[in-house]
Amino acid sequence: MKFGVVVFPGSNCDHDAFHAIGGVLQKPVEFLWHGSEDIAGCDAIILPGGFAFGDYLRTGAIARFSPVMRSVDRFARNGGLVIGICNGFQILLEAGLLPGAMLRNQGLRFLCRYVHLRVETTDTPFTCAARRGQILRIPIAHMEGNYFCDETALAELEANDQITLRYTTPEGQLEESANPNGSLNAIAGICNRERNVFGMMPHPERAVESPLGSTDGLVVFQSMIKSLTQSAGRETEVRVTAPV
Amino acid sequence: MIETDTKITAELAAEHGLTAEEFTRVQKILGRDPSFTELGIFSVMWSEHCSYKSSKVHLKRLPTSGARVIQGPGENAGVVDIGDGLCAVFKIESHNHPSFVEPFQGAATGVGGILRDIFTMGARPVAVLDSLRFGPLEASGRVTEEEAARNRRILDGVIRGIAFYGNCFGVPTVGGEIQFEHCYSRNPLVNVLALGIARREELFFARAKGAGNPVIYVGAKTGRDGIHGASLLASAEFDEKSQQKRPNVQVGDPFMEKLLLEACLEAMHTGAIVAIQDMGAAGLTSSSSEMASRGGVGIEIELDLVPQRETGMTPYEIMLSESQERMLLIAERGREPEVFEIFSRWGLDAVKIGRVSEDGRLRVLQHGRTVADIPAHAIAEEGPVYRRPVAMSEKRSDSEPRMEFAPATADLNENFRKLLGSAAVASKQWVFGQYDYMVRTNTRVGPGTADAAVIRIKETKRALALSTDGNGRWCQLSARAGAMHAVAEAARNVACTGARPIAATNCLNFGNPEKPEVMRQFSDAVDGIGDACRGLGTPVTGGNVSFYNETLGQAIDPTPVLGVLGILEDAECAVGMGFQHDGDAIVLLQGFIEARAMSPEQHREFRSSEYARTIHGVVAGVPPAIDLHAEKALIDCLVALADEHALQSAHDVSDGGLAVALAECCFVSEGLSAEVNLQTDDPAEFVLFEESGARAIISVRPESLARVEQVAAQYRIEAQRIGAVTRGEFRIQVNGAPRLRGPVDSFRQIWAGSLEHSLHNG
Repeated sequence: MKFGVVVFPGSNCDHDAFHAIGGVLQKPVEFLWHGSEDIAGCDAIILPGGFAFGDYLRTGAIARFSPVMRSVDRFARNGGLVIGICNGFQILLEAGLLPGAMLRNQGLRFLCRYVHLRVETTDTPFTCAARRGQILRIPIAHMEGNYFCDETALAELEANDQITLRYTTPEGQLEESANPNGSLNAIAGICNRERNVFGMMPHPERAVESPLGSTDGLVVFQSMIKSLTQSAGRETEVRVTAPV
Repeated sequence: MIETDTKITAELAAEHGLTAEEFTRVQKILGRDPSFTELGIFSVMWSEHCSYKSSKVHLKRLPTSGARVIQGPGENAGVVDIGDGLCAVFKIESHNHPSFVEPFQGAATGVGGILRDIFTMGARPVAVLDSLRFGPLEASGRVTEEEAARNRRILDGVIRGIAFYGNCFGVPTVGGEIQFEHCYSRNPLVNVLALGIARREELFFARAKGAGNPVIYVGAKTGRDGIHGASLLASAEFDEKSQQKRPNVQVGDPFMEKLLLEACLEAMHTGAIVAIQDMGAAGLTSSSSEMASRGGVGIEIELDLVPQRETGMTPYEIMLSESQERMLLIAERGREPEVFEIFSRWGLDAVKIGRVSEDGRLRVLQHGRTVADIPAHAIAEEGPVYRRPVAMSEKRSDSEPRMEFAPATADLNENFRKLLGSAAVASKQWVFGQYDYMVRTNTRVGPGTADAAVIRIKETKRALALSTDGNGRWCQLSARAGAMHAVAEAARNVACTGARPIAATNCLNFGNPEKPEVMRQFSDAVDGIGDACRGLGTPVTGGNVSFYNETLGQAIDPTPVLGVLGILEDAECAVGMGFQHDGDAIVLLQGFIEARAMSPEQHREFRSSEYARTIHGVVAGVPPAIDLHAEKALIDCLVALADEHALQSAHDVSDGGLAVALAECCFVSEGLSAEVNLQTDDPAEFVLFEESGARAIISVRPESLARVEQVAAQYRIEAQRIGAVTRGEFRIQVNGAPRLRGPVDSFRQIWAGSLEHSLHNG
């Protein structure tokens, strides 16, 4: 099992994601340079937070054209696990791997603080180790995290159980005051229909060690590890049973 | 022969800010009249900002060496040993005038400039703190609505600028402080401190070496922006026409800087880099001449090769441009391709523009013609040094306003609420929440939850703590005592987190040095910092002097800002300021063993307190007396207690006194409160709100109380149990009578919402 963390010019949470996987969870991980299509045989790809290409033009708008994104697109369409965190989520939206778009935060200010998230579905490889309705305390740090999509897209997201995380109060209630950026229906994270591509605005990689304030982000990566382990198990089974 | 189209006269030199004597000196060094380009070079390098000509003789009195100091003042930043082969690289710098002229870009490029100073030395920046001063945000008395509105705009622009640059670059902005005073209305202060970490053997210095080695320009292209930023903006007073100086402010691009950081660190790692310096103030001129001068060599550059943003730039403009995000480096001859490959991968211009020479001269060519030829040492090191006249004593107003204490039965709750909502005391969380203070996942203690920021060092068990402090109001009353308090408070803040203070950096913001009374303040402040840093064991490793903080002849309060760095041997021992458990004992630690009744002198001291200013409108008297032995003992005691895991929380007593400190310990806790009883012969107001130093409030588990008292006694610190942490109402009694009481939330709301309220409704 190997994780790959993509480095775009301007990524600045790449080291943090690398540390969470390699240092804290002790799983193999390597950096993937944006200018290369080689994804080095990785089993899961992380598009980290930051300001890829300075967020010029529009967040994620330039990064989606990096050579590595051709491979990420192929990898995703073949069922590979792709998680986009913050700027990574914005890039996935621009790349069309997830539906919708980001607007500037309500209030037009950069926001850095802890928020509470409710796990809306555990039927994804990114939340399968969590409980449905579990409350996660994880920080946000963004200027454009105000998720938006049209009514049809929203209906589809709802119908297909793609809304993975919502901003709530610590008790799990949906309240306007608990939605930091004005996101549509308090959406903090969504997956694609096939459930293997996931984007979230909060930073799970910042919540993996208790001395720093929270370990609630671990469940996202543990879910990925669990699901990769299971699918590796299935592959082994397939291989073993194939000749019969 | 240097060709020049312009006749260089003493008048032209004067327009460039060079005095007649300075111009004569230039002629003497060159043995001829300077060319126009050379005039520009001298004027900017000999400006106050670059040459420290008025401050040099005084700065020599600061302690700059110590067991941990690897690099003191004189390089791009100070360096101290933090163990395990690592060092901390840190420095504070001002960007005051640009932030008044263009708040957003001024503050943004202030952050950018200091970050380059850090990574120039081979260190990756890991934290930024900002010490900010603004005029009042709300109209009242002599503050007009127009002025208040401008102050709000300036604050908003500065905050956005800092956030824009730091957040994108990917360095956490973890702390600092913000104060408001009328004198900063037309001269806000933006002082930025950056901290980086480097491996000791991978430190880089700005010393050119090796004749024939290539001089390589990397980063952004050179444009016409920021010309004379150092000389005209930073080294002159302001007047009504200051807005016209907007073109002198540089424009920042944090994305470019992030690329520059990664590419530079990677290039340095190859071993192909000999020396490197950022092009900050005075751009290409300072980087080339300073690297040559420090290395005892010369540098020859051809301006045609400099990447340029616009056409038709003159040598004068290219040499003086302060376009941001540029570096000059010297590489090993023959290893250029390695260097070029790295920069090209990061999408950056990297061009050989010249070479190191043996003759010690800065030689500048354009189209093959020599446009400047000056001994590098003369520009960088032989600038004028002035012993400016120093007034005999600080100006004192003869009549001090009286101030009576409230009668023993008076209700102090209303005053307390007013104090909690005052700009000085109120929470700054609204500001810190706009900064990414967590990126790089090292922020062990972030802004607002402890007295200092604590940054862990991933490779080790250790952590670093940092605090900035400075009290212009006190320095105005006594520059020497105020400066000592700035050091003491920063060191105390660091110690409250459990870290041992090891080094300091300072940013000295003063008025016009040509005025003897300003030089008096400056000289006194330097003496105060020197004494305090010696007494507390925190040598000054660098910093910056900012003079000419005057607009329309009105100087700011003298504002030395101190940044103190501390080290925690075990990051797990870090202590926050919020109470932790119901039932813990609240203990006041103070450095004075002998009981003292309020003396007439202390009554004078009280008139300089935040309470006196907010409640009585009085700014008078003197800063509290400072006892460095007591400060040092308190610091040692706090560090020892943290080391034993005996502290549940620690918070120093400063602005607003004991009452505010106790309230803050509750505000940042999770639903906890305090029940305190103070025994005293002094007036309640004095006991609750006086601001004398060497004091901290700690909370400890009841079972460790005896041990805490024992440790405190070893350090000759009085540990007085004054109350307990509760879940009830916030209550402070004086001699058994409740003087301050109410639900914590009712006080917290005022404290937490005041800043945002005055910004939006002011």
